[in-house]
Amino acid sequence: MAMTPMAQFSVKPLISAPILTIAGHPIYFTNQALWMCVLVSAASLFLIAGGAKRSLVPGRLQSMAELSYEFVGNMIQSAAGKDGLRFFPFVFAIFFFVLFSNYFGLIPGVFTVTSQIAVTFALASLVILVVIITGFMEHGFRFLKLFVPEAPFILLILMVPIEVISFFTRPISLSVRLFANMLAGHTMLQVFAGFVIALAGAGGILSALSIAPMLLIIAIMALEFLVAGLQAYVFAILTCIYLNEALHLHDHH
Amino acid sequence: MDIAAAKMIGAGLACFALAGAGVGIGLVFGNYLQGALRNPGAAASQTTNMFLGFALCEATGLFGLVIALIILFGM
Repeated sequence: MAMTPMAQFSVKPLISAPILTIAGHPIYFTNQALWMCVLVSAASLFLIAGGAKRSLVPGRLQSMAELSYEFVGNMIQSAAGKDGLRFFPFVFAIFFFVLFSNYFGLIPGVFTVTSQIAVTFALASLVILVVIITGFMEHGFRFLKLFVPEAPFILLILMVPIEVISFFTRPISLSVRLFANMLAGHTMLQVFAGFVIALAGAGGILSALSIAPMLLIIAIMALEFLVAGLQAYVFAILTCIYLNEALHLHDHH
Repeated sequence: MDIAAAKMIGAGLACFALAGAGVGIGLVFGNYLQGALRNPGAAASQTTNMFLGFALCEATGLFGLVIALIILFGM
């Protein structure tokens, strides 16, 4: 393992020859691509195996799959209303992709897919594109009323640009939130792992002290387990909230 | 001043964002506890909202970290 804390995030091609070339840009099969394939197949396997038996009294695997379906379903219904359930497959896929990549990343030695801004920004811009397309399909040009809150005209001069900017910074904040959380957590783990190695190598009483950062790593790991689940949840619920705005504009309540 | 040194100082200054995140997370959990102790019956229904607030709040501090990384490695 590399000693610098940032080395764990480097994307390396696994096969030195590019698989294909698009407009002069070589496309490589990288460690990132490998882990994306692994986690997507793991998620698919879990859901297919969980949904295969369909027994009336579910076993462990089946109830886990059912619980995750119910969890996402309830989340969409509470955040985006009944007609938000049309987007169940979309939200569910995003939630499971982020959840699995966050938890896979916590296994030592595994590359964290969501620690790459390219991945999270692609996901976030997909969400915003879906929101914009849904808004225009549902409301036509009335969708632009999203940027015009009910306020006196003089305030509107100020508020409309703010609303427009806040709408278009959403993909940035959505992607940077997930990416920064994963990056910060894994960097912190690696930095404390470096402390353990440095202290253990120092000899004498300092070697005995190396147990302290070791215990701290365990505590941080617990925090990272919380953060990994939480960030997947936040990503999914913000998707639901944005979809809710596109579906109902401001007149939901 | 040496440009590399200025970069280091800038990256360090960018980490001040974490002060705001610390205050924010404290407010989220503190106010949740305050509300939960006043009305324990409603506490369980608001835990997801609390964690949502925690995650949103924590992220603002991490934006500062991203800026520090951009200063160090990006430019």
